Amino acid sequence: MVGIALNGIQKSFGETRVLNSIDLQIEEGEFLTLVGPSGCGKSTLLRIISGLEAQSAGSVTIGDRPVDGVRASDRDLAMVFQSYALYPHLTVRENMMTPLRMRDLGFWQRLPLIGRFLPGASGKLEGMRKQVNETAEVLKIEALLERKPGQLSGGQRQRAALGRAMVRRPVAFLMDEPLSNLDAALRVHMRAELTELHRRLNTTFIYVTHDQAEALTMSTRVAVMMDGDILQLDTPTNVYSDPANLRVASFVGSPKINVLDGRLDRDGVVTVMNHRLQRRVPGATPQAVKVGLRPEHLRLVPEISGLGEYVGTVRHLEHLGSDVYLHVVLSDGTTTAIVRSDPDHAMGIGHGDTVRIAETRGAAMIFDAAGDRLPFEPVSESAPVSSKTQEVA
Amino acid sequence: MNMSSYHYLGETWKHAILIVGSIVVILPFYIMLSYSLKSPGEIERNEGGFFGSQEMMIDERCAKLREPDQAAIDSARQRFTGLSDSEIYKALKAEIDTECSVRPIIFNYTKAFSEAPLLRYLMNGVIVTVSIFVVQVIVALPCAYALSKLRFRGREFVFGMVLFCLLIPVHAIALPLYIMLAKLGLTNTYAALVIPWTISVFGIFLMRQFFMTVPDDLIDAARMDGLGEFSIVWNVMLPTAIPALLAFAIFSVVAHWNDYFWPRIVVTGNRDLFTPPLGLREFKGDADGSFFGPMMATATIIVTPLIVAFLLAQRKFIEGITLTGMK
Ligand SMILES: Nc1ncnc2c1ncn2[C@@H]1O[C@H](COP(=O)(O)OP(=O)(O)OP(=O)(O)O)[C@@H](O)[C@H]1O
Ligand SMILES: [Mg+2]
Repeated sequence: MVGIALNGIQKSFGETRVLNSIDLQIEEGEFLTLVGPSGCGKSTLLRIISGLEAQSAGSVTIGDRPVDGVRASDRDLAMVFQSYALYPHLTVRENMMTPLRMRDLGFWQRLPLIGRFLPGASGKLEGMRKQVNETAEVLKIEALLERKPGQLSGGQRQRAALGRAMVRRPVAFLMDEPLSNLDAALRVHMRAELTELHRRLNTTFIYVTHDQAEALTMSTRVAVMMDGDILQLDTPTNVYSDPANLRVASFVGSPKINVLDGRLDRDGVVTVMNHRLQRRVPGATPQAVKVGLRPEHLRLVPEISGLGEYVGTVRHLEHLGSDVYLHVVLSDGTTTAIVRSDPDHAMGIGHGDTVRIAETRGAAMIFDAAGDRLPFEPVSESAPVSSKTQEVA
Repeated sequence: MNMSSYHYLGETWKHAILIVGSIVVILPFYIMLSYSLKSPGEIERNEGGFFGSQEMMIDERCAKLREPDQAAIDSARQRFTGLSDSEIYKALKAEIDTECSVRPIIFNYTKAFSEAPLLRYLMNGVIVTVSIFVVQVIVALPCAYALSKLRFRGREFVFGMVLFCLLIPVHAIALPLYIMLAKLGLTNTYAALVIPWTISVFGIFLMRQFFMTVPDDLIDAARMDGLGEFSIVWNVMLPTAIPALLAFAIFSVVAHWNDYFWPRIVVTGNRDLFTPPLGLREFKGDADGSFFGPMMATATIIVTPLIVAFLLAQRKFIEGITLTGMK
């Protein structure tokens, strides 16, 4: 169990810059997820950590050992690939034996037929076989050990690939979208299993995904990457509720956060759609800003109550069983906002209806023109901040 | 006419053309097999159908060799007391004819083996084709791996050269090759038969195309497991490439087993090095011209191993072809 440190990692493929100076401290035993849109450089970063790809600049340290220029297999890491990458001609047992054979047996001992009769080989083989069996037991794949990958289902292959990574007890697991070839139900199940496995093994996991649900549910910390930079590195909760900038806020959360145009005046007061936010931005220069509001921070209020900051027309309804998401074109005619509601409240609302929408106090997030978050003034006693007492109609 | 009868007509045409095509291909084969079964007379007169009548025939050479001379007649006089010389001659002749008469099929096939050391030739054929194939694989797999999975400067250029080499016909470079081998004193050796074919650009090309379809993740996984590049080639790529290799094996083995041109050039005189096609020459140009039967029997024996091997490997072979996208 060791930490991994990345210092100023850069990577270019020819002219194209893929990673711009990444600094990252990965703690011992942590489950760190690299998440970001396709092509942002997650896999490249993971491959640099693994040693399969050489960085253009910067250094990787595993524990206290700088591993730049160290071969992938000598870094004592294990990797799980999206396509599982099991050896198709070997049984699951042989697949799992391979990393052990390569590490523990000498050249002559690895030779077919005669290798096993060389001094020391049989004892080692016995030990290796035991390790494979133990791992298989943990993953519940004992029954599959004698099968070849072609005879396994996707989920079983996934486990076998995990098994091959686990047998050699690496200092860290690197996983590149290991669940994305599974069907939705199995993916959710495997999420829970991986979390459980992480808890049991107590080893560092570095997990790459473009699926934010995976990132948010499994990780200790999430690194949100975009265009070769880590935009934010924080706990899943903070990445969601306290994003550092607009791109993170937009990437994390499904459905996406609503972004409304607003104005910040000299006093730090934000006006959005003719409505003034109560909290103020300290030390602000007047400028156009973006106001972020998550769908769950908006709610429908009855037409007659006259309450609610926004008015709009329903364009589309998404029924998800427990929730209903309403896509509403606001009164300015251009901005579309997504509002979460429960089925009871949304009952009877249809396409083209006019609705009034209230926002949860204290939930709005302000971003400047560059997309950086502008913090609100610390909450003072006098200001009525959060609306814990929700005035739902 | 409705759609289905149009369709029917189209199918008929297709089949007619295919049948004509297959007759063109099969006919020489049919003749080879048929001649290898028939007696010289039947071949000459073109009768007897496929099998011939298989009536006892007289081996002309055997009869000629034993032609009774005066000494034979003298020594036989005791057995045939009271007969004139010409009568004894006739009786002896009749005896010899019965001794020398055989069934045509047996005649043809025993002659194939007795007239020339056919077994030796077959063994030479095996030695040469197998060594060519093994060395070709040893060369082609690492090349194909490098060309498909390793990133290095000039890779595309090297691959371009490989494609270019595919265009060079062997006959064009036969002479320089021969001169080189002669200068090295290698003519009339197995080496001369094997060395020029050890680098197969076709093999490199075929395997490279196959390796392109092997996911990079598999190679990365092997690297993580601690396999070196060389052992990736032999322990990971080779086993996954078996179908493609089998396809290549058939191309290579058939080409070199049947090759007449090159062995004819570098093997001069030394019959111990003759490959099966050279063996066929033993039957050519006999003045009596009636040796077609044994010759065709030899030809049949030569192609049989290929056909058996193909039938055994058939399924994998076709798999291999489709995998490499050659169809
Ligand atoms: N070998 C390579 N040569 C050139 N460019 C490459 C190479 N590998 C990756 N890239 C480029 O680097 C960028 C990052 O690729 P990377 O595979 O790291 O993306 P990713 O974040 O893993 O995306 P995904 O979620 O789709 O897997 C991409 O724009 C890609 O085109
Ligand atoms: Mg990727």
